[in-house]
Amino acid sequence: MRSDRGPSAPIGLKLAATGGLLFLHLPILLIFVYAFTTEEKSFVWPPPGLTTQWFAVTWNRPDVWQALSLSVRVAAISTAIALVLGTLCAAAVSRTKFFGRETISLLVILPIALPGIITGIALRSAFALAEIPFSFWTIVLGHATFCVVVVYNNAVARFRRTSGSMIEASMDLGADGFQTFRHVVLPNIATALLAGGMLAFALSFDEVIVTTFTAGQQQTVPIWMLEELIRPRQRPVTNVVAMVVVLVTLLPILVAYYLTRDGDQIAGSGK
Amino acid sequence: MSLDAAMPRATAPAILPGSGGLRGALSDLFWRRPQFLLLLMLLPPVLWLGIVYIGSLFALLLQSFFSIDEFSGLINRQFTLKTYGDLLQAANLDIILRTVTMAALVTLAAAVIAFPIAYYAARYARGRWKALFYLGVMLPLWSSYLVKIYAWKLILAKEGILTWLLAKLHLLWLLDAWLSLPVVGGNSLSVSSTGTFIVFVYVWLPFMILPVQAALERVPGNLVEASSDLGASPGQTFRNVLFPLALPGIVAGSIFTFSLTLGDYIIPQIIGTSRLFIGQAVYSQQGTAGNIPLAAAFTVVPIVIMGFYLWGAKRMGAFDAL
Repeated sequence: MRSDRGPSAPIGLKLAATGGLLFLHLPILLIFVYAFTTEEKSFVWPPPGLTTQWFAVTWNRPDVWQALSLSVRVAAISTAIALVLGTLCAAAVSRTKFFGRETISLLVILPIALPGIITGIALRSAFALAEIPFSFWTIVLGHATFCVVVVYNNAVARFRRTSGSMIEASMDLGADGFQTFRHVVLPNIATALLAGGMLAFALSFDEVIVTTFTAGQQQTVPIWMLEELIRPRQRPVTNVVAMVVVLVTLLPILVAYYLTRDGDQIAGSGK
Repeated sequence: MSLDAAMPRATAPAILPGSGGLRGALSDLFWRRPQFLLLLMLLPPVLWLGIVYIGSLFALLLQSFFSIDEFSGLINRQFTLKTYGDLLQAANLDIILRTVTMAALVTLAAAVIAFPIAYYAARYARGRWKALFYLGVMLPLWSSYLVKIYAWKLILAKEGILTWLLAKLHLLWLLDAWLSLPVVGGNSLSVSSTGTFIVFVYVWLPFMILPVQAALERVPGNLVEASSDLGASPGQTFRNVLFPLALPGIVAGSIFTFSLTLGDYIIPQIIGTSRLFIGQAVYSQQGTAGNIPLAAAFTVVPIVIMGFYLWGAKRMGAFDAL
């Protein structure tokens, strides 16, 4: 028997673990089947027939495109803001020990640790108090706030593994601070930032709870879906959009995983 | 720093020429005064989070001490405890109790389902299987929240796959019997409290698996071996060795499942009865009713409950398992 192979698991444990994983995955796979169903009015199973016509129908829906465009713009700008703020914060916290360091980490994590509804209603009441009208930027404000933490987590983990002596060596060889950042620090943290950015994008693209409080009348993709869930108007289009959303959020997660898998902390474990 | 002070730039033979100008001056300043660089790095994120987030939380707290004028529907910006008095009406206490009960049940069920997965992943999965288990938890965790709820709407619908499956197994009578029960039953699973419960457990399950797995991975394998060498049965080993060591992980996971259930308003709205949860009450108060003070006071409830919960969890050492 090879020494790296541990004892095999009891059968009951195997069954329970497999059952648990199936419970996690089967519902999502079901979405893919429903995207092809010919049934329009109900959620009947098994599907009476399979068709690809709903993809064309969805393609020609301007409201879906508008929601998608808004979601992508919000996610892109929130990710950009989160990348800057998260990296700065991670660099500061991992480089030096200073008074209030723990408080800063707590401050970064808080927006995601408290339930989304608290962040949402807090922003909503702040907008009400300050009499700020809802706009594209009110959505971005909320999203960037809770996206900082994913970039921060990834960057902190990478900074911890990057040796400080490389920075000193660069300085000793005559590079100034900006050159050191450009040629030494940035290449070292680039993949972690990319992974963090991907996760932040996925998080923002999928966010609904905070967004309902900060969007006013605007529709992002999740808000469009929420409306359809509460008052179904066109189920087949919803099925197709649901499938596309699964694919759009899955790819960044897989990429982020492969970018950071050999590290001590893998991206995504701290949603 | 001492090196720099001993050999000023002008006399030291540099390998690259200094870049000079404003850029060089700034670079030198950062090197001589690291505190200045630190301040510059910290300022943007702290300002953003401090103003946008902490500021908003204070605005929320402030609003909860305002009251609404019942006739004009306008917010009266004067300090009062009237809104908190409104919060203590029987109907609102009902909502709070219902939400807390649901959160406790969901946490319990998530722990029971999560444990075998976490245990297998931590103890037996190796190499590729380990990666597979990891992605197997991570992908559902990051999949779209609404799509997951939508999937369950498809599953639990009267004409959906679950009814079909039970019909094939000749178990429809069981479903009907369950649905005819008070409180947990309803017209179909998608409009019953049972449905709400299932979806809550499903959506928050990965949040329980990860910390439990992390806690179990820290249990040294030889503790389990020592326990069985000393004559303990697998059951005894589990009760007296593994479970106590995994408990901080379970408590850490329960922070997420409990807090997320307390604050959610979308799941009970889409799959469930018309009986409200805290989140729904907050949402309808701020939206249709326009009563932001009462909505704000309602949000203080989960914050206070989570405050106590976190305090208890900290005492049990749950934060080391995060």
